[in-house]
Amino acid sequence: MADVNRGNRPLSPHLSIYRPLWTMVLSITHRITGVGLAVSITMITWWFLALAINEAYFEVANAVMTSVVGGFILIASLWALSFHFCNGIRHLFWDAGKGLDLNTAFKSGLAVMAGSVVLTVIGVLVVVGVI
Amino acid sequence: MRYQTDRQRVEGLGSAKDGTMEWWKQRLGAVALIPLVFLFIFPLLRSIGGDFDDVRAVYAHPVNALVAILFFITIMSHLRQGLQEVIVDYVHGKAAVTISLLVNTMFTTLIGVTGVFSIAKIAFGG
Repeated sequence: MADVNRGNRPLSPHLSIYRPLWTMVLSITHRITGVGLAVSITMITWWFLALAINEAYFEVANAVMTSVVGGFILIASLWALSFHFCNGIRHLFWDAGKGLDLNTAFKSGLAVMAGSVVLTVIGVLVVVGVI
Repeated sequence: MRYQTDRQRVEGLGSAKDGTMEWWKQRLGAVALIPLVFLFIFPLLRSIGGDFDDVRAVYAHPVNALVAILFFITIMSHLRQGLQEVIVDYVHGKAAVTISLLVNTMFTTLIGVTGVFSIAKIAFGG
């Protein structure tokens, strides 16, 4: 059927109508970290390709990864992965119909933020060889 | 003549024609990634910045190679599904959506196959 009345139908309420809540920030951060991790995995794949090609190329990839900019990207990626991992598990619980009430959703949101920091620190400790 | 009833023909299928299968596949991949991320990331974090021969030896090991290959296949399917959701939500217009989805599939396939090929080449000692 032709869409004859596009202009004056009532619109569903958009983001601007709601009072901002930090759980909204977690929600959009899940998407942002997901898209950002596409860049990270591309970089990691390039590093693996270099490893498969030869030592000289691998040294280049390794130098990029361990440079200041590369290191910053890797630590940011580690946090993004930790966040996406924890919040993804939170989403799986929601998909199973659990933890959907407001109070639990707020608490699990806090747990996700704490968990993402803890996992990032553990990751950095593995990189520097403490663990 | 069809012997199926109308009800049986459409059961489980929404307007997208494939029912909730795409949603279910996303969840299966996400669950599979929970152990795979851990198994993949630990040898990786130890290997970044490492010596060429040492890192080659790590990924020549069958267990690490298998984990890395499974990880690349699963993560790239997960990434394609995730980016597809972002595209259909934020990109407007039929042509733009079609092109974006095409680029998404090509990009994720390219990265995934590159990862699998690189690991396989190292593991088979080439």
